[in-house]
Amino acid sequence: MPAPAASAHADEPKAAAGTLAIETRGLTKSFGHATVVRDLSLAVPRGSVFGFLGPNGSGKTTTIRMLLGLASPSGGDIRMLDAPMPDAGRSVLPRVGALVEGPAFYPFLSGRANLLRFDSGDRHADPATRSRRVDAALDRVGLTAAAGKKAHAYSLGMKQRLGIANALLTPRDLLILDEPSNGLDPQGTREVRGLIRSFADEGTTVFVSSHLLAEVEQMCTHIAVMSAGNLVTQGTLDELRASGSMRVRVHTPDPGEARAVLSRLGLSPDADERPDAAVAVARPAAASATAVAYPGAASAAVASASHRDTVVTADLPATAPPPEDISRALVTAGVRVRGFSVDGASLEERFVALTGEGFDVAQ
Amino acid sequence: MPSDPSRASAPAIRTSGLGLFASEVRVLFARRRTWALLAALAAVPVLIAIAIRLSSDGDARGGGPPFLGSITQNGLFVALTGLAVSIPLFLPLTIGVVAGDTIAGEANLGTLRYLLVAPVARVRLLIVKFAVAALFCFAATLTIVLAGTAIGAALFPVGPVPLLSGDTIGVGEYALRALLLAAYVAVSLLGLSAVGLFISTLTTVPVGAMAATIVLAAVSQILGALPQLEWLHPWLFSHHWFGFADLMRQPISFGTFGDNALLQLGYIAVFGALAYGRFATKDILS
Repeated sequence: MPAPAASAHADEPKAAAGTLAIETRGLTKSFGHATVVRDLSLAVPRGSVFGFLGPNGSGKTTTIRMLLGLASPSGGDIRMLDAPMPDAGRSVLPRVGALVEGPAFYPFLSGRANLLRFDSGDRHADPATRSRRVDAALDRVGLTAAAGKKAHAYSLGMKQRLGIANALLTPRDLLILDEPSNGLDPQGTREVRGLIRSFADEGTTVFVSSHLLAEVEQMCTHIAVMSAGNLVTQGTLDELRASGSMRVRVHTPDPGEARAVLSRLGLSPDADERPDAAVAVARPAAASATAVAYPGAASAAVASASHRDTVVTADLPATAPPPEDISRALVTAGVRVRGFSVDGASLEERFVALTGEGFDVAQ
Repeated sequence: MPSDPSRASAPAIRTSGLGLFASEVRVLFARRRTWALLAALAAVPVLIAIAIRLSSDGDARGGGPPFLGSITQNGLFVALTGLAVSIPLFLPLTIGVVAGDTIAGEANLGTLRYLLVAPVARVRLLIVKFAVAALFCFAATLTIVLAGTAIGAALFPVGPVPLLSGDTIGVGEYALRALLLAAYVAVSLLGLSAVGLFISTLTTVPVGAMAATIVLAAVSQILGALPQLEWLHPWLFSHHWFGFADLMRQPISFGTFGDNALLQLGYIAVFGALAYGRFATKDILS
């Protein structure tokens, strides 16, 4: 695993008690010799919509199981809603709604009967209002019409909604939703996003895990990225975007000169010169691997000169000169510029850069 | 979700654990499987009665399970015969299914994690699960007695019942004795239920837990039949399974009932503790 990016561990929990809904320190979980979660220090502010992002198998669900007291940590400690977990589970968990690793129901009971069943397990839930609360939760996820159907007849999307309804049976301070839009069609996904926003508007902290960056990007205020059991970054969405910064791309047949100009302006051009279009340029494998892992941290060394048109790219930090000055500097220095563009690094590029691999990688 | 002014503090406990017990009973009896098990048990005395009725022109005396020979004289013996016939296999089979399913079945469905985060304390879940398995033991034996009495009364004459001691009791007292017998057999099965509950905490595959429980019931009976292991016999949970004869004497003797109950309590204590030890700290990964 490459060293964590600059922002990782920079946001170690330091806020005063009471401002964090979830706080873990050094949380570790091992199964035999395999460490699934390593030294995880999360800080989930109250009132945030916190995206817990990572490829499949990066330890998200195991972390959630530990938060909810289903699995005991091998090391480290957890505070949830200002109480230690799992010790204070009996007083904390009634205030936490959860969807863990997909919904699960008694297939031979109706959707409504399933919710009644789970609610009867909560000794803090008032039986007198049970029926009304269950109906309200069903209504909120749009399942009123299917409430009387047996759960085995539910589609995956309906089960997912029923699972979310189960998390809403009583007023919650914290919702922990593991992959909430899994199995939903695009419209259902949008509805879930809307629901999550409305929970946040009501002051509920929402901790939502996902391997889908686009989903997290659209609804979260904060984000933490996991990779192979390690936390690689956490902070507000804006911080993560900022750390990815803008990127400048120069299409030019004079990559060496372009690099020199960019370096003079305080930028750090990437080591790899991408061939334009389909022109293949052989590059040392090591340089390529580095570039994938650290798009912004590579040296400005000029790679083997290629006299073909290449693309020189560089991160554009906030301190960099404005793009118009960069293009003027390039032209003034005699660099032949065929194309010049400034793109915001998509969060997805940041995500891949941080996790070092694609989505849906089973580990 | 309406916001709650008291969100800052932990909510108050509003219910006893009985809500979960009631819910658990509803879940048990909402399953078709439970009704199939009870129907199979009810079929035992029904089949016995029909078989005897069809062949009862001759004399059924000589061999066979207890009370079998008396059925043609008195239909009330059908229930007792059905109970006696079901003890070695059918009852352990159904109890094995229900007790083996307790925790492993929830784990297999994935509902275990949702119960635990509801939150249901793990000890409370074990207690409620055992209580419902015990309830099923009583439902099972009662089913046999009721089905047996009904079919016996339909197919055979009903009258005062001769006891093993030679006395005769009326139908009213017979009803009491039959219920006592059902209770005796149900209590006999509580140890097995506790064993099944423990095995159920070991796995997420309910069929495995059911099979293991049923196999142990057979093993206990086989060990109980080996004279070389006589020192072991008083410790086997099946030791008093056929000790119900005391309840069919006048005056009634509760000696065996008490010994049996004590033995079963011992099993509940030991295997309940083992189940707790296993389940209280288990990582729920299903």
